[in-house]
Amino acid sequence: MRKYLLDLTVSGNEKLSGNYILMKLTSEERLPDMLPGQFAEVRVDNSPSTFLRRPISIHFVDRDANELWFLIQLVGDGTRKLAELKKGDIVNVMVPLGNSFTMPSLEQQELLLVGGGVGIAPMLMLGAALHNLGYEPTFLIGARTKKDLLQLDAFENYGKVYMTTEDASCGEKGFVTNHSILSQKKFDKIYTCGPTPMMKAVAAYAAKNNIDCEVSLENKMACGVGACICCVTDTTEGHKCVCSDGPVFNIKDLKWQI
Amino acid sequence: MKNPVMTASGTFGYGEEFSDFIDISRIGGIIVKGTTIKHREGNPYPRMAETPSGMLNAVGLQNKGVDYFIDHIYPRIKDTDTNILVNVSGSTIEDYVATAEKVGELDKIPAIELNISCPNVKEGGMAFGTSCESAAKVVSAVRKAYKKTLIVKLSPNVTNIAEIAMAVEGAGADSVSLINTIMGMAIDAEKRKPLLSTITGGLSGACVKPIALRMVWQVSNAVKIPVVGLGGIMNATDAIEFLLAGASAVEIGTANFIDPTVTIKVIDGINAYLDKHGFKSVKDIIGQLETK
Repeated sequence: MRKYLLDLTVSGNEKLSGNYILMKLTSEERLPDMLPGQFAEVRVDNSPSTFLRRPISIHFVDRDANELWFLIQLVGDGTRKLAELKKGDIVNVMVPLGNSFTMPSLEQQELLLVGGGVGIAPMLMLGAALHNLGYEPTFLIGARTKKDLLQLDAFENYGKVYMTTEDASCGEKGFVTNHSILSQKKFDKIYTCGPTPMMKAVAAYAAKNNIDCEVSLENKMACGVGACICCVTDTTEGHKCVCSDGPVFNIKDLKWQI
Repeated sequence: MKNPVMTASGTFGYGEEFSDFIDISRIGGIIVKGTTIKHREGNPYPRMAETPSGMLNAVGLQNKGVDYFIDHIYPRIKDTDTNILVNVSGSTIEDYVATAEKVGELDKIPAIELNISCPNVKEGGMAFGTSCESAAKVVSAVRKAYKKTLIVKLSPNVTNIAEIAMAVEGAGADSVSLINTIMGMAIDAEKRKPLLSTITGGLSGACVKPIALRMVWQVSNAVKIPVVGLGGIMNATDAIEFLLAGASAVEIGTANFIDPTVTIKVIDGINAYLDKHGFKSVKDIIGQLETK
C-alpha cells in the first residue's frame, strides 16, 4: 500500500477519562486508504526531549467526516505535547504504515476482539470493518479501572461488548482471560492488542483451544518503514520488523513461550 | 555524483522503503545496509533507545548476507538512477575481502563503504577501526581485491581519528567517511536496567553533530583524499557546515527517520545557499571555512 507524508489538521482533540486523548485529524484532500491494524508515525513538534516520531495505531477512519482518529495514552513528553494540540493545528504524519489484520476465512464466523488498556485502539477500526462485512464481532475489553475503559459507545455500534476491570469497578473482575464469555462461547478467530502479558495470556488461551489468533505488537521503533531494523521481534523466520513485517503477527509465527 | 548528498548506511534500508515519499533518484548516492559475508540476525530486542536529540542503536548488522543481496536485492535496485553503494562489514579480514570481491563484480555498484567502525558487534567491526595497524591491514587487503572506489568509514571512538584516517589513506583508501556512531548507553532508573539488550550502543542524531563536525575538520586537514562527512545532519545548514569544514560530500542518517523527505530538502537547500552566496558549484565551498 502506498504510504503518504501528510500535514493533517486537528479537527478535535478531546481529553477522555483517565490519561487518554481522542485526536481527530482531517484534510482538504480525501484521506488515503488505510486498513485495520495499520499505524501512523506522528511527528511531535516543539518538544525538545522528543526526537523521534511516535508510532500511533489507527483507531478509526470516519470516511463521512474525512477524519482519522487516534486514541492516545499520555505516557511521556511526546504524547503530552500531542495532547496540547488545538483544533486547527497541523500534525505531520506518515500513514498508513505496517501490515494489517487479516480478514476471517469462510469457516471463521465467531470473532473475538480483545483489547487491553489503550490497546483497544486498533480494535474499533477492525470491528467496524468486520461489521461492514456482515460479521457480529464480540469485543472483550480489559482495563485497570472503570476510567481506563474507553470508547465503549463506539464499540457497541459494531458488536457485543464485554468488559473486565482489575478492581471490579466495571464488568467482571480480573483479567480478560478470566472473563466468563470465554467459557460460554466458542470462538473461531481471536484478534488482540494490549500489554504484552495480556496478549501472551490471550495467545496461550487461543493456542490451548486451537483458535487462530493474531496479535498487534508495539515494539519501540525509529523509522516506521523497515529501514533501521530496530523494532524486531523473534519469529520462526528470524528477526522481523514490527513496523513493516507487522505490527500484526499470527501467534503461530512468533516464538513466544506460551 | 549529481549532488553531494548521500544516505547513511542502516538508515535508509535499500532506498525502496522511502520511494513512496520521495524520488530517490534525486539523491546523490544511496549507501545500503551493512552487508556481511554470511546472514546475521543481529542483536536481541530492545536495540533502540531514544535519547535527548538523538538515539542509540544496537542493531548489530542484521542482514541476509552478501549472496542474498546479490541474488534478491541487487536486481531490484540496480537500475535506480543514482549511485548505489554497499556498506561492507565483517568479523575477519577474510570476510571483508570475500564480501568486497563479490560486490566488486556487480556492474551497477561503483563503490563500497568499508565499515571498520560498527560498535555493535562482538567480533571485528569497530575493532578494526580503532588502531592504525589493524585499520591499515584490513584496508590494504580489501584494496588488493577491490578495484573500484573504496571509501572507509571511520569510528569516532578513538583518541586521534586523524591518525587512523592517515593510516587508511596510506593503505590505499580512495576516501574516508566519518563519523560512525559514538558509543553510549541509556538506563531505565525505575527498573534499574539498561535500555538496550547489549547495554551499550551507538549514538546518532542531532546531538552528535558538533563532534562529527570537529572530526571532519581534523581529518580533512590531515589527508589528501576526499572526506565524506556525516553525523547528526538534520537540514541543509548542517550539511553546508560539513562541506565548509572540508567534507566533499555528506551522508544523512538518523534524520531520515524524522523526515523521510529530508534528503531532498538538503539538496535543494544547498543549491539555494550556493545561489544566495554567488557560488557556481559545491566545490567552491568545500573546506572554505575561514579560521582567521
